[in-house]
Amino acid sequence: MNAVELHKISKTYDKGKLRAVHEVSFKVKKGELFGLIGSDGAGKTSLFRILTTVLLADSGSATVAGFDVVKDYQQIRNRVGYMPGKFSLYQDLTIKENLEFFAAIFGTTIDENYELIKDIYDQIKPFSDRRAGKLSGGMKQKLALCCALIHKPEVLLLDEPTTGVDVVSRKEFWAMLKALKEKGITILVSTPYMDEANLCERIALIQNGEIMSVDTPENIIKSFPTTLFAAKSENIYKLLNDFRSDAKVDSCYAFGEFLHITLKENGGSDIEDLKEFAAQKGHNDIFIQQITPGIEDSFIRLMQEKTQKPTH
Amino acid sequence: MKVLGFILQKEFRQIRRDTTILRIMFMLPIIQLVIFPLAMDFDVKSINISIVDNDHSTYSQKLISKIASSGYFKVVSAETSFKKSLAYIEKGQADLVMEIPAGFERNLVREGVQKIGISVDAINGTKAGIGGQYLNSIITDFNVNIDMNLRGAIAPEQQGAIDIRYTNWFNPRAEYKYNVVPAILVLLLTMIGGFVTALNIVKEKEVGTIEQINVTPIKKWEFILGKLIPFWVIGMIVFTLGLTISWLVYGIVPRGSFLTLYAFAAVYLIALLGFGLLISTYSDNQVQAMFVAFFFIMIFILMSGFFTSTDGMPGWAKVISDMTPVAHFVKTDRMIILKGSSFDDVKMEFLYLVGFAAVLNGWAIWNYRKTN
Repeated sequence: MNAVELHKISKTYDKGKLRAVHEVSFKVKKGELFGLIGSDGAGKTSLFRILTTVLLADSGSATVAGFDVVKDYQQIRNRVGYMPGKFSLYQDLTIKENLEFFAAIFGTTIDENYELIKDIYDQIKPFSDRRAGKLSGGMKQKLALCCALIHKPEVLLLDEPTTGVDVVSRKEFWAMLKALKEKGITILVSTPYMDEANLCERIALIQNGEIMSVDTPENIIKSFPTTLFAAKSENIYKLLNDFRSDAKVDSCYAFGEFLHITLKENGGSDIEDLKEFAAQKGHNDIFIQQITPGIEDSFIRLMQEKTQKPTH
Repeated sequence: MKVLGFILQKEFRQIRRDTTILRIMFMLPIIQLVIFPLAMDFDVKSINISIVDNDHSTYSQKLISKIASSGYFKVVSAETSFKKSLAYIEKGQADLVMEIPAGFERNLVREGVQKIGISVDAINGTKAGIGGQYLNSIITDFNVNIDMNLRGAIAPEQQGAIDIRYTNWFNPRAEYKYNVVPAILVLLLTMIGGFVTALNIVKEKEVGTIEQINVTPIKKWEFILGKLIPFWVIGMIVFTLGLTISWLVYGIVPRGSFLTLYAFAAVYLIALLGFGLLISTYSDNQVQAMFVAFFFIMIFILMSGFFTSTDGMPGWAKVISDMTPVAHFVKTDRMIILKGSSFDDVKMEFLYLVGFAAVLNGWAIWNYRKTN
């Protein structure tokens, strides 16, 4: 049985004017750590709201923990832990009060499921009498995760849990997710950060409300269809424009301190050709190297394919 | 039911923690009840009058001293021409100008008739109106008591005149406080039911906590009741506090039964809580809710007979007035407290309030379902 299943889910806002998600289908296996990767406004939050039964899809069907999101929404609410993108706990209650409240409304107690949250709760326990509104971003996030876990959910839905959190806390957070996965909880997590995609078992790349690809991060990288080059020179901006004007270059975009380049046709002496081209344009300190693509490169390539060959 | 208990526990905890709102809710009755009735006194005492005496006779002097000694008027100037006197009104130093024409005494004695000119500054309507009336009654009194009339050469119309004496029932001295205190009690419940509840619910939307609540097994009715019950309880406490203050400060004790009074307050509060809930379902944030609530509560208060009698309203306004729950409770609240009306006397009003409670809450819950 799959923990989460979506079948051609579509949702529009403003009476059909604004398309949020379009015919989205994917499956999350039981016990899987599944990532939903996409930029802001890609439709991730809409999907989460549909899965948590607070938003009705226009068409399509979905199940969570084997229950239909429309018919059996009460069942789902007892089995799902949800952490919205925005911190949504009571800021005027303390850590302990928040946790106690959420435990109580699920008909349980902190002690009953303490084992599950122990590792996370121990980190914020010293501040348990502090009001939630006065916590740092990382601590708020840990508290929110505790509250989402307190009723021992089968499926954990995390909507951009690491947005606005510092690098160290993000690392810690992903370690916590790994540990939770070991305990058999299915986790569906969304993130706009491509580097976090590698930490998921499988990912779905989503853009403009449509799923572009669903696979393991390794397979998505492997399926990158061409050779990728990294280049830089003294004047990186001019180099970008120059390569974009080169007829042989398929795509060229800035990536950190480098440019990532793909060619329309690959030959044996690509690096030399590119270097020569750059030298002709008057660049100094030219550096070009073949590299293995990352998720972001795949994402950008898929995005470009979509815009160049619109299928819908 | 157990879940509702946890929600209530949480709500009371949050209310207790928001000390600003809590303080306002309990300071409100004290401040309003102590200050308003004293400040809102329609009994106008110091009316500034400027007098133009063109006659300088015994009678004109008598009239002027009668006015000056009445206690209501302060003679700010005595001028030689109407123009000069009018300047006082223009500068705002006088509210009234009384002009006694030349030949005042002679005409009175010879012809038994004389006219006096009174000009009133109508910028302050109440002061002007009441000042004009006072002046009128002083002049009438003067008219009756002038020697000539008393001596027997009486003008025939004076003989069979009907002397009207007023008795103010239920408020013998026509003191404004008796009128305003019951109304303020209603205002208190209106503020808590209408404003505070709407803001509290919208806050959950604004902060986003409703998002988290919606994915829990909490049912909608549990959430709504969890929101309404605490404010109902606080409303009743504030009402009791208000009654205590009106007893301590003004010695006003309800003449009717407390049971009837509390029954009305309870139902009225439910209606207003429904109103607050309704506003919250239409607003996305606290600022919106505040403005919408303020808009309606202004109408409620101005149309409810709080300040002006609803009987004096034109027909259409009376209809609007009847459509506000406030009007019904202001009316019955005064009846029960001042008049000692029994439940039987006001049972129609009670039904009205029950109707309001049902409609407002029903509408709010219907809309709440739709939006969520």
